[in-house]
Amino acid sequence: MTTADIHKSTGGVWKDARERWVRTGGVELCVAELGDAELGDAERPTVLLVHGYPDSKEVWTEVAERLADQFHVVLYDVRGHGRSTAPRPLRGGFTLEKLTDDFLAVVDAVSPDRPVHVVGHDWGSVQSWEFVTVTRTEGRIASFTSMSGPSLDHFGHWIKKRMTRPTPRKVGQLLGQGAKSWYVYMLHTPVLPELAWRGPLGKRWPKILERVEKVPSGDYPTSSLPQDAAHGAWLYRDNVRARLRRPRADAYAHAPVQLITPSGDIFLSERLYDELELWAPQLIRRTLPAKHWVPRTRPDQLAAWIGDFVTANEDGLPAKNSVATGKHADRFGGQLVLVTGAGSGIGRATAFAFAEAGARVVAVDRDAESAARTAEMSRLIGAPAAWGETVDVTDEQAMEKLAEKVATEYGVVDVLVNNAGIGLSGSFLDTSAEDWKKVLDVNLWGVIHGCRLFGKQMAERGQGGHIVNTASAAAYQPSKVLPAYSTSKAAVLMLSECLRAELADQGIGVSAICPGLVNTNITATSRFVGVDAEEEKRRQKRTSRIYGLRNYPPEKVADAVLRAVVKNQAVVPVTPEARGAHLMSRFTPKALRAIARLEPPL
Amino acid sequence: MTSAVAGELSAELRGFREVQTLAYACAEAVAAQLKPGVTEREAARMQRDWLRERGVRDWFHLPFAWFGDRTAFVNFRIPLQFFPTNRKLEPGMPFILDMAPVYKGFTADIGYSGCLGLHPVHDKLLADLEAHRELILREVRERRPLREIYEDVDRLMVRQGYANRHRAYPFGVIAHKVDRVKERRLTPHLFGFGTQSLKGLASDAIHGHRDGWSPLWSPYKFSDHPPRQGLWAVEPHLGFRGTGAKFEEILVVTDSKDPEQSAFWLDDDLPHVRRWAEERAAA
Repeated sequence: MTTADIHKSTGGVWKDARERWVRTGGVELCVAELGDAELGDAERPTVLLVHGYPDSKEVWTEVAERLADQFHVVLYDVRGHGRSTAPRPLRGGFTLEKLTDDFLAVVDAVSPDRPVHVVGHDWGSVQSWEFVTVTRTEGRIASFTSMSGPSLDHFGHWIKKRMTRPTPRKVGQLLGQGAKSWYVYMLHTPVLPELAWRGPLGKRWPKILERVEKVPSGDYPTSSLPQDAAHGAWLYRDNVRARLRRPRADAYAHAPVQLITPSGDIFLSERLYDELELWAPQLIRRTLPAKHWVPRTRPDQLAAWIGDFVTANEDGLPAKNSVATGKHADRFGGQLVLVTGAGSGIGRATAFAFAEAGARVVAVDRDAESAARTAEMSRLIGAPAAWGETVDVTDEQAMEKLAEKVATEYGVVDVLVNNAGIGLSGSFLDTSAEDWKKVLDVNLWGVIHGCRLFGKQMAERGQGGHIVNTASAAAYQPSKVLPAYSTSKAAVLMLSECLRAELADQGIGVSAICPGLVNTNITATSRFVGVDAEEEKRRQKRTSRIYGLRNYPPEKVADAVLRAVVKNQAVVPVTPEARGAHLMSRFTPKALRAIARLEPPL
Repeated sequence: MTSAVAGELSAELRGFREVQTLAYACAEAVAAQLKPGVTEREAARMQRDWLRERGVRDWFHLPFAWFGDRTAFVNFRIPLQFFPTNRKLEPGMPFILDMAPVYKGFTADIGYSGCLGLHPVHDKLLADLEAHRELILREVRERRPLREIYEDVDRLMVRQGYANRHRAYPFGVIAHKVDRVKERRLTPHLFGFGTQSLKGLASDAIHGHRDGWSPLWSPYKFSDHPPRQGLWAVEPHLGFRGTGAKFEEILVVTDSKDPEQSAFWLDDDLPHVRRWAEERAAA
């Protein structure tokens, strides 16, 4: 049934891609293979990338290039798309059964003896769910990575479940997804969608993608877009109604599944995958703060997750065991997180929390031993890699060197936590210029250096990220005994909010954390100006004692940091007193100013 | 305890050492029998039965067993949570067995940390406990106030990246005094503590209060005194994100002028000490 002729590349997007045509069921599919042929395709795992609607295989360029060093990467234009031919007639030519035929034909041609790792986006994922749940493909699929495309059968059951037992929440979920699926109804209209795609919509689509989805312009979409989109409408018409009305009851995945959910997808609700474990027993979840077209906007992260998942399943390890189990592991697994002041207190607890979530951690502290210790312990609790770096955040050149080293050796930082800080207490008139300089150097300039150097790398990469700055409840709570400290922290808070506005367009979030009284050693190392050394020691002891009695653990602040990143929160007061003061600063600032005049019991 | 009564002292110490050895033997025997599915209550009962069969009639406190994140006292708020629960042991779970039998009038109080299978974090915690054993002995020999030693232990734990879990014990103690206990026919216990031992502790507390010392070694003001001679059951307890480890054994404090003799661990042939020696030999 299948014949394949190998051609030299006829000038697709990739220079070193080998193209061939696979004939099946009356159509010819354009198949491209990447990867060093000399290394031998047969020896390396085959990763098959299936594109969605209205795309062609070129949607994968960025991801494919990143995977090609390690794997035998295969892509094909789905029938009627790109350079593949369309079935005739179109109606009835795009059923999932026929798409499965195509898939098997391609797999037989590119990897006859070994199961392949399937990766699907959008409609590519919808059809791959069919591949991975029907019996005739059993043994041909080693793993499946799904993004932004549910199984129509699972979707059908999802709707049924919510229709038969409606609760307010379930009805809300139904209506929510119903609204997001507006385009599906549109595509069921005859002729009009085709006219629109071949006419104005097709022309404007690249600009729309750039504006709405922040898809960087480049080699995508290709010139075949109007044609692809017009043909692809039949994907919906041939399958959606039939499957949603009568979903298969046996749609169980026979291969391990990795589900990547972009949290900002305007077409698909995250709730769709609520009970996916029932259908896919070996499921790993990943969450990405991005919109629908992740293969274009987040290629680095996708390539890393796909690579890890493929490798884990090739090695015969149950992939589930290789994934960290901490909170938010779906979101931070494999990401690179840099924490300053990671040698103790909140910084160390934050590094540990990220490590538990499976992130790679760079623990920065001016004390080499404690930075190394944080890195070592991070590895023990789930970080696939962790490094300790010794840097004084006030040292601009050292920070520049660090940024360069991190970028070349570990990669671009996904999450930056500017946490390093020092305490200083004493009245304004007792605070010398030297003291001011010291506090501002660490608390403000340290943050500025971090944001400037690592934020720039994030922005240049253009694949999102997040910056967390540790401010303090003192940032909005004036006090007569903390003028310098509060000023530095207020500056950090404002800096964070300004930066948040600036970087929002690039998918980089900025959060300011305002912990409040937390039991760390900042009190033991705080300077108290205007008193002699003995009195300073006494006050350090006394504040440490008060903070100890308050006993709010830094681990809870770390949890708040991770939550702030996941939810992209702007300002996060953590302890109850920090939250109370935050409320007061907004609604009763006068009362807060009155409190500021009180002498604290030191 | 001067050298004049050295003979008598060593006889007494032999008694304490004997019961401590017995308790550790019990811990090792019970640990070897732990399997997935065994509950904390069952593990505590196994310890009790094992020691009863070997002649233990009274307790300083009844045996405890903590599994999983209970070894780090996660979310412990009230003392009742110390008592064994129906938590089941699972593969890879850390556990702690803690018992304080009284045997022939001598008391031991021991803690044994183990793990069902491999657990790198637990290994690290156990290895890092060695520094605490050394630190405590050194500073007791220096006759530093107990409260300061406590703070140094605390600081070392923080530097190591751990949380101080003995803070969760009653009065936040890291150690308490133990003494001989009168053998009685009836040995009632109160909240898991033997009444005879409680009586001893209470009388120590009363006498101590008068003389400015306390039989409880805590972070509070009443521990602001140099080490009091006698036997102390010391139990530094590390916690790290849902995994805990401790050892507990008896430290002997004497009034000897010789620093080596002024304080020493009752016995150096204990599972955790042997483990460190083996690790060093392997390295």
